[in-house]
Amino acid sequence: MSANAAKELSPELFEPVASEAGAEERILRERVGFWKDAWRRFRTNPGAMAGLIVLALIVFFAIFGPMMNKYDDHTNNLTISNQEHIGDHYFGTDNLGRDLWQRTWHGAQVSLLIALLAALIDLCIGVTIGSISGYFGGRVDDILQRIIEILYSIPNLIVVTLMLLVFDPGIVPIAVALSITGWVPMARVVRAQIMKLKSQEYVLAARTLGAGHRRILFKHLIPNVMGPIIVAVTFAIPSAIFFEAFLSMIGLGIRPPQASLGSLVFDGYNYLQIYPYQLFYPAAILCLIMLAFNLVGDGLRDALDPRMRK
Amino acid sequence: MSKLLEVRDLHVSFKTYNGEVKAVRGVTFDLEKGETLAIVGESGCGKSVTSQTIMRLIPNPPGFIKEGEILFEGDDLAKATEKQMEKIRGKEIAMIFQDPMTSLNPTMTVGAQIIEGLVRHQKMSKAEARNKAIEMLRLVGIPSPESRLAQYPHQFSGGMRQRAMIAIALACQPKILIADEPTTALDVTIQAQIIDLMKELQKKTGTAIILITHDLGVVADIADRVVVMYAGIVIETGKLDEIFYNPRHPYTWGLLGSMPRLDLRSDQKLLPIPGSPPDLISPPKGCPFAARCKYAMKICKEQMPERTDISSTHQVACWLEHPMAPDVKPPVAAVGGTKDE
Amino acid sequence: MLKYTLSRLGYMVVTLWVIVTITFFLMHLLPGTQLKNEEKLPPEIREQIIASYGLDKPLMVQYGLFLEKLVQGDLGNSMNLDGRSVTDLILQGFPASALIGIQGVIFGVIIGLALGIIAALRRGTWVDNLSTVIAIAGVSVPSFVAAGLLSFWVGVKWGILPVAGWESWEYSILPSLALSFFVISQMARYVRSEMVEVLDQDYMKTAKAKGLKRSAIVVRHAMRNALIPAITVLGPLTINIITGSVVVEQIFNIPGDGKYFVDSITTNDYTMIMGITIFYAILFIVAIFLVDLLYGVIDPRIRIASAKE
Repeated sequence: MSANAAKELSPELFEPVASEAGAEERILRERVGFWKDAWRRFRTNPGAMAGLIVLALIVFFAIFGPMMNKYDDHTNNLTISNQEHIGDHYFGTDNLGRDLWQRTWHGAQVSLLIALLAALIDLCIGVTIGSISGYFGGRVDDILQRIIEILYSIPNLIVVTLMLLVFDPGIVPIAVALSITGWVPMARVVRAQIMKLKSQEYVLAARTLGAGHRRILFKHLIPNVMGPIIVAVTFAIPSAIFFEAFLSMIGLGIRPPQASLGSLVFDGYNYLQIYPYQLFYPAAILCLIMLAFNLVGDGLRDALDPRMRK
Repeated sequence: MSKLLEVRDLHVSFKTYNGEVKAVRGVTFDLEKGETLAIVGESGCGKSVTSQTIMRLIPNPPGFIKEGEILFEGDDLAKATEKQMEKIRGKEIAMIFQDPMTSLNPTMTVGAQIIEGLVRHQKMSKAEARNKAIEMLRLVGIPSPESRLAQYPHQFSGGMRQRAMIAIALACQPKILIADEPTTALDVTIQAQIIDLMKELQKKTGTAIILITHDLGVVADIADRVVVMYAGIVIETGKLDEIFYNPRHPYTWGLLGSMPRLDLRSDQKLLPIPGSPPDLISPPKGCPFAARCKYAMKICKEQMPERTDISSTHQVACWLEHPMAPDVKPPVAAVGGTKDE
Repeated sequence: MLKYTLSRLGYMVVTLWVIVTITFFLMHLLPGTQLKNEEKLPPEIREQIIASYGLDKPLMVQYGLFLEKLVQGDLGNSMNLDGRSVTDLILQGFPASALIGIQGVIFGVIIGLALGIIAALRRGTWVDNLSTVIAIAGVSVPSFVAAGLLSFWVGVKWGILPVAGWESWEYSILPSLALSFFVISQMARYVRSEMVEVLDQDYMKTAKAKGLKRSAIVVRHAMRNALIPAITVLGPLTINIITGSVVVEQIFNIPGDGKYFVDSITTNDYTMIMGITIFYAILFIVAIFLVDLLYGVIDPRIRIASAKE
């Protein structure tokens, strides 16, 4: 140590200071809750925010769009059939002179409704089966796993086709048909998460404190699986929308005169070479919905994945 | 003996979401041929970052060398290009890591993982490299090396994997072996075997070892000299005996006091160090240990202590060494009770 | 390995049996299944159907007969196309379907792999952003929309490629491209995330510490480990391609099984629907089985673990 430095120091500096009890344990940075933190990460993800905005716009138009001009979705007017730019028919008219703007947004309503309904059923069945399988394990899990494994390898295409051959296609039958195999991914996610969580110390601690199965499942496990569940639901919706449209394309979708985005795309194909707009408008909305849900789903997954937390 | 490696005032930082983490803040030490230097400290003190910076293994971004030199046989590795580093890594300086479970490539045979380094640095043919690999596996004490060569890491036990890691590291006869917590992930009985193996191999090959660890038992077993790090700086350095029998820094006392020892009375309680290291995004301007130090003085919080020579080989950075500081005796748990009683 | 294969094989058979059974009974739930258009059917076909299915016998006996014929590869006769054998029709449509499907997969896998690997190695650059955009777009634009865009722009507007029919190889390009979109996006997305994860592993540090060249690290250590799990997406991808081909064949008017399937739905040709459903089920399940096996053979952790048993 240099002599100069020593001169400048006064003896009082060398008085011991009482070590501040617990000072070093003070929390230095603001503690942010899980959901708040997740929202912060979601917000800073431009793709996810764009998806959320697009989604909000589409839902807005699906609800209020039909009020924006004076037509409806089923009245024919053959004098103005197949017109792309005519008056306040924003998306033009189809071959029967029906207003495509009306039909597209009504179709979007139907598609969204089917998808939401299917996702909801997936959610209920998937979470129930997944948590039972994951939590109780053993024989129950074995049997459920075998069933899941078989269902998992039955392609959607086949189940959905068969179901809709038997039941008349409508909103509810289509949603139900989609859910028959649709709940499987959800159940797998929930089961894997629950199995991982149930052996963690905090659950063991709760058990030693005398918490029952119900309490452990609903208070300790399911809340911690909410993240992956939400992400799975977000991805289930575009997949349901896809399959609904797919069904329309193979002639098993919503029956005319009712329309869904899929059936509009299907109709659009008939006139693709002459009137491509009849395909493009509903197809664009369909893709935008799927895009928005995928973006939001990706954003949610990144935001809710604990591994990404810093 | 001559200096093989000199680290001079090394600063390493990481850019993160919350700001710049100053993980290493002016580390200086050197390594001589054939010796074993232990770098000790709690997790997060910068010892692993220091060792990986020597090999330039810190991913950039987010990590970068802010300033300082890493002189290996006179060449500054801090400024070396990636091409130059490729010639040094594995050949001149080799490294083994903490977790042998994850440090070996699971889809490549153990043999192939030894051979690829040999082919790269020693310009051996495949067949020569294979023989050398068998020899290396035998050297690290793996039985029936010929058949082990064709096996995958998951067919090895934890201890065997660490032996294989050592075989990979020493295959090209490097001048320095950096061992980053080589025993932490292993069972206690295996730990001793691995340390013995490293000692034995060092005798045979004369490789210098930098051992990164928080386990003072391992240090006592193998090290010639010790560097104690805290919050990115070196707070004390000296020969093994100097650190163990004449520790000067309260943090070193803390480390020693929290280690179970046979030479202390059985009713002597272990002394844990309360609290945890400071946040390295905004480190304190004074001594980083001051907040946890029982002997802290006003000055400790205001000014960083300078290095004081205790002997030509023993330095400490603590205000207690200042002539104006009160006389403080180290706690019994740290230095043993015999000479004070 | 043998045990692993056998257990997979067992699952395959059980799954198939479940599908076949469900198909059979669901089809019999349909009002007047086989003889829905009884009066319209030519008498000889009617006789044929009644005889071959034993429609006058109890349901379980019919089920037994059905299984027995199925095992022999006999899926019955079409109710519309002059009563031709369903198996023959399927085999006739298969080459066209297989061609566009396989081309779509190969093209998609190559482009997707390249994109995914480059994106992972150049994180945060324009390649990475491009691959993210393609990945998202590929999942959001269904093959039947992609088919429309391709057919309108490339086919109608620019007139480069034919948009409908099946006369030469050129006719398969647009359908294959339409199918490959999804493959590209899934592959790119999956390979990128696997690569990013592998690049983060400890053994990558070991490889680097050995002084290997970057190219050797990437090819020998990173890619091999990233691509092994990528094999698992091949199963779902195949399923998606087959599903997509159903619609894409319809759009491009390709005489493949997908088109037969849609046609048979619109004409209520139940034997044909049932036949193609079962055929698709077999394709799907065999595809998943093969991918499983391939994975087991390639990943030494599974290969050796199962060899020990």
